[in-house]
Amino acid sequence: MAVKTYREALNEALHLEFERDENVVILGEDVSGGAGGTSGEREASGGIFGVSAGLLPRFGEARVIDTPISESNIVGAANGLALAGKRPIAELMFADFIGVSFDQIINQAAKFRYMFGGRTRCPVVIRTTYGTGMNAAAQHSQALYPVITHIPGIKVAIPSNPADAKGLLITAIRDDDPVMFFEHKALYGKKGEVPEGEYLVPFGKANILAEGDDVTIVAIGRMVHFAEKAMKTLAKDGIGVELIDPRTTSPLDEEAILDSVEKTGRLVVVDEANPRCSVARDIAAIVADKAFSSLRAPIKCVTAPHTPVPFARELEFAYTPSPDKIAAAAKATVEFAA
Amino acid sequence: MQLSREELLRAYRQMKTIREFEERLHVEITTGEIAGFTHLYAGQEAVAVGVCENLNDSDYIISTHRGHGHCIAKGCDVKGMMKEIYGRKDGLCGGKGGSMHIADVSKGMLGANGIVGGGPPIALGAAMAAKIDGTGAVSVAFGGDGSCNQGTVFEAMNMAVVLQSPIIFVFENNGYSEHTGADYAVGSGDIAGRAAGFGMPAACGDGSDFFEVHAMTREAVERARDGGGPTTLEFKTTRFFGHFEGDPQRYRAKDEVKKHRETMDALKIFRDKVTKAKLLTKKAMDEIDAEVLKLIDEAVEEARAAPPPTPDDLLTDVYISYEGGIQ
Repeated sequence: MAVKTYREALNEALHLEFERDENVVILGEDVSGGAGGTSGEREASGGIFGVSAGLLPRFGEARVIDTPISESNIVGAANGLALAGKRPIAELMFADFIGVSFDQIINQAAKFRYMFGGRTRCPVVIRTTYGTGMNAAAQHSQALYPVITHIPGIKVAIPSNPADAKGLLITAIRDDDPVMFFEHKALYGKKGEVPEGEYLVPFGKANILAEGDDVTIVAIGRMVHFAEKAMKTLAKDGIGVELIDPRTTSPLDEEAILDSVEKTGRLVVVDEANPRCSVARDIAAIVADKAFSSLRAPIKCVTAPHTPVPFARELEFAYTPSPDKIAAAAKATVEFAA
Repeated sequence: MQLSREELLRAYRQMKTIREFEERLHVEITTGEIAGFTHLYAGQEAVAVGVCENLNDSDYIISTHRGHGHCIAKGCDVKGMMKEIYGRKDGLCGGKGGSMHIADVSKGMLGANGIVGGGPPIALGAAMAAKIDGTGAVSVAFGGDGSCNQGTVFEAMNMAVVLQSPIIFVFENNGYSEHTGADYAVGSGDIAGRAAGFGMPAACGDGSDFFEVHAMTREAVERARDGGGPTTLEFKTTRFFGHFEGDPQRYRAKDEVKKHRETMDALKIFRDKVTKAKLLTKKAMDEIDAEVLKLIDEAVEEARAAPPPTPDDLLTDVYISYEGGIQ
């Protein structure tokens, strides 16, 4: 299997789907870049992180649409394209920009099917980037997937590795429901084995990365890698970790998490989003509700604090859950004595 | 351009249907049988019908919270609409949308929309799809004077010019954004003038005159179909009722509605014009009036008698597929 970066895997998914289905279109700021510039170079960026590179020269301006900086209309136009039979991919350069496009996500895309009594569909994919690791500060770093996960009618995918990135994006594009797709900025250069050709990673099916008997760690996105590091530390202490990556938070594979906790009796949820009303707390609540009798220790959530994302390296480091904090939380659950 | 007798009769029937639908709802709402927020369109009929008579099923429109008129003008089933407003299971949206979310995408009606300024970005996307596929279809974004102050609408106008999308922005200036006068809330007072600033043709017309609306829209639709890009049309009009049903309308002068019903009634103006020009007879229109009243009577009776949704319906239509199911 070829080793590719997360960015390359996503780019490959886009190329495959553009090739397969002429109804697939992409729109956003600088998805190709260069329009109206003085260099005459038409594909000047291929997406701010290079994920849509090569689409414009292959598929043309009708399907690869550079837009003005107008996020509500990038998502809104994608909604209209979807209602009119297209499979649009709207690119929101940073997840923080849902602030100026929120209506089109939560009141429009997510609600058409329900409001219209099931008589329409809105197969839109909103690709966006999230997360810390680039010192991008408070308005370019948030992990806002809990906000979207809260909304019925839209699905939420958060790939943690290149193979999932490709398979989940292909699934998202082919899904007939709206999907918000969160790509972690600090993972674009991350390498991993990626199967050739097209394949689907199903929504609502967690990936169990490691099996262990002592503690279940559920981690999301980039936190999966931090949890893997923590797992190595914990192994030295003889603590066996079952590591679960839900891959999608809506739908959520509750069964995989509950089955694991029934075995280990302990749960740590790792999420770089803020803690209040978060996916971490949601998973903790589900487990407390449905697997209470299996629990041998209180559930621990390792999350960012209830603060905005800070700028300075030292502060951003302190803000983001670390392998050490994850290991400490897991250890605490194992050492817990009622 | 001269309309045929059939076209005139159809336009009159559409306007009359909207008028009677709304007049009847105004009465029925007092019975307490209709839940929720209802915003009536009576007074603005010439705009919806004047615009939509230039469109066909492959063209798109998106509407507003004051959407009944646009729905009827675009061909939504009147009885299905009434059932929807009554919250019935076989309403046009299964009782899940209600007055503010009536839609029939198969007719190109992309929905009434409860968010002021929410519609134009979506209409833009539909126009982009038509352009990509080269279907020649156009898209119309209806909005009021209130929506002309939303940034989302400006974004849509700019993007439509940048992408040369086949879209027509129709602003129905009925003088009020909810309870606040357009004279206060629209900075320049000139909605069409704003649109021209984005670099598209824009004009303002009499929204009580079907013929003026129809002719102005025809020009814009033809331009859009021919690849000439977007247009904005502002129509001055009035609403015969409040912002919502139950609105005491303390912001309006005492005799304003009465005066507007005398001087700005689109149906009266239409009847006067076609009878003076000997295009239609009074008798022909009276017959339509009787048929429309019968249709509305039936629609109300059938809606009253229709069954409501069941609690099972609560959990359906959220997604097309959802692993693990909806809880």
